[in-house]
Amino acid sequence: MFRYLKPVFAPLTAVALVMSFAGAAHAKVEGDTIILGAALSFTGKYKTNGKHTKNGYELAVKKVNEMGGINVDGKNYKLKVIYYDDESTPARGAQLAERLIKQDGVQYMLGPYSSGLTKAMAPVTEKYKIPMVEGNGASRSLFNKGYKYLFAVLSTSEQYLAEAINLAAQQALAAGKDPSSIKLALAMENDPFSQDIRAGVLDDAQTHSMNVVIDDKLPKELNDMTVTLTKVRALKPDVLVVSGHSKGAATAVRQMMEQKVDVPMFAITHCEAADVVGKFGPGADYTLCATQWAETMTYQDKYFGAAPDYAKLFEKEYGYTPPYQAAESTASVLVWVDALQRANSFDTGKLRDALAATDMQTFYGNIKFDETGKNVAKPMVLRQIQSGQYKVVAPTKWASDKLIHPRPKWSER
Amino acid sequence: MGNLEILLQAPIFSVQLLIDGLLVGSIFALAAYGMALLWGVMNIINISQGDFVILGGYVTLTLYNAGIHPLFGVPVAAVVLFIVGWVIYRAVIYRVVDRDLFISILATFGISILLQQLMDQIFGADIQSVESGLGQFFLFDNQVTVSQIKLVAFAVVIVVGVVLVLFFKKSRMGQAIRATAQNARAARLMGINTDRVYAMTFAMNAALCGAAGALVVMTWVIQPFIGLAYTIRSFMIVVVAGLGNIAAVVAAALGLGAAEQFAAFLLGAEFQIGFVFGLLVVILLVRNMFLKRQRQVLK
Repeated sequence: MFRYLKPVFAPLTAVALVMSFAGAAHAKVEGDTIILGAALSFTGKYKTNGKHTKNGYELAVKKVNEMGGINVDGKNYKLKVIYYDDESTPARGAQLAERLIKQDGVQYMLGPYSSGLTKAMAPVTEKYKIPMVEGNGASRSLFNKGYKYLFAVLSTSEQYLAEAINLAAQQALAAGKDPSSIKLALAMENDPFSQDIRAGVLDDAQTHSMNVVIDDKLPKELNDMTVTLTKVRALKPDVLVVSGHSKGAATAVRQMMEQKVDVPMFAITHCEAADVVGKFGPGADYTLCATQWAETMTYQDKYFGAAPDYAKLFEKEYGYTPPYQAAESTASVLVWVDALQRANSFDTGKLRDALAATDMQTFYGNIKFDETGKNVAKPMVLRQIQSGQYKVVAPTKWASDKLIHPRPKWSER
Repeated sequence: MGNLEILLQAPIFSVQLLIDGLLVGSIFALAAYGMALLWGVMNIINISQGDFVILGGYVTLTLYNAGIHPLFGVPVAAVVLFIVGWVIYRAVIYRVVDRDLFISILATFGISILLQQLMDQIFGADIQSVESGLGQFFLFDNQVTVSQIKLVAFAVVIVVGVVLVLFFKKSRMGQAIRATAQNARAARLMGINTDRVYAMTFAMNAALCGAAGALVVMTWVIQPFIGLAYTIRSFMIVVVAGLGNIAAVVAAALGLGAAEQFAAFLLGAEFQIGFVFGLLVVILLVRNMFLKRQRQVLK
């Protein structure tokens, strides 16, 4: 039967093809609107952070449009973002990147949430030479593949907890001890992200010639750290660093508290996402938390003012304090705005070069990309939970409060 | 082997590992009871076992958020999951009971995906946990901590085990379940409503998982997508213990729990799960050898 339909199909297919190309040619800028594309996790395991990311993008778009939009070649343009749900699965993310570029004709991409999704989408954007600015893919492996069209505004994962090691070294020096006398304990989830963090920590530990006494890789399937904590009790390290997304953060804080494990310095990631203060109250005190950004910092830009102003606006708009995932998403849009204005063109090649030459300050921090596309101008921040409040304690330049060191013993609290 | 030295020089830490392993194992034992029951009676390997556990955790979390002490979650989650199990049996499982094992694995895999997504929609993807308000026992100059909630879990497992044994021995339904497990066709000929027996079995399994989930959320953390770990663990326990014996299930669960704690301490946490799987292979090989020998004798 298909044999007879062939003559009908062929022209139809041709028409469809022509139409899709015609659509592609116009879709990047429609009238006075510049279209950005993003695949985000609205369902599945990343949906909370997917929402933060979307809110971050939307707030930036709203603010930029309110302030007159973007001036390119003497004409004012508004911004708009097309979203798809990637269902928190990398394979779907890659498909959607393809779809955004080929079918919707998007020429300017914003990143998805998580390193895994970014890793799936980057090869696609690279293939079509479409620049992507992202704020939620921190894995080191994104920046050693020679990608030319990927730009990340956030600090990469090996920087996440390295600051804690430097802080421990400073504390040792201040106490008149040699940093090389410090005993380190590491408990990192066995996934690429946490293992990147581990590599960064080990690098810094080596510079101070510290002694790594525990180096556990926590299985992903596991949510029990008792064994590692038993080792901590036996070996009494000076610093314990843990990374394992929200699950690792919640498990570590909870079991440290329940088993009354004393360690002078305890640093983790994802405190905010795991809501350790809300869940464990005073049990979470004195924990050091790595964060990309804190709303108490003093960076600023013309769209949002300083970080506290951004936080206030975000809270008014969405009813909750912005987590750093939202802030870095907003910053990604600001990078696009800056590049479009500097390039003064819609040509993706020129825009790529403009992005590569980015050197700006936003409320989120300074942004300047190295040749691999990662932001080298912004340090990670360490906050310590003090009486249920997050206080910036490192790096010293941005610190608003003093580190309480060592952590008080459980018996003395 | 620096870690072995620690254990030799300070044997007190091996007490900690042993106690923790036994108590952790007891929580897995509950879900494993259910799996053994289901597998033995209905010849179904339930992939959604772990998702029932997590669902039980969410039931407890809901109670906790409503201001009710989470310990009540153990019976309440069991009852709620009993109903859920019954509904799932009536909707899906009864169609696949007598079919190929592969079909039921697919069906329960589907249920697992459905439950995960529903939990994600209703409760969100964030990590959740519940404070039982119970403390710790500190023994041997604070060198060994025993969390009281894990002791409660241990007690629950023992009580449930005893109740189950009595139920199977004494009650009419228990006897009917055993008869159906032995020979469904003969049981049907004797006037047993096997469809009802199956529904009961499936619902009881879900209830056991629910109770386990209540203990899990008080001991660790839950999230809609981490159920599979519990499915695999219960599967493994059942494979080691065999189908028909509750005491063996408990013993296997506790033994595996303790073994993996020691493995994690000595080899590093990354080998914790790997070690257990390795052990499973060894046990299967050894069992196979024994079974072969028996067969030869029977000839």
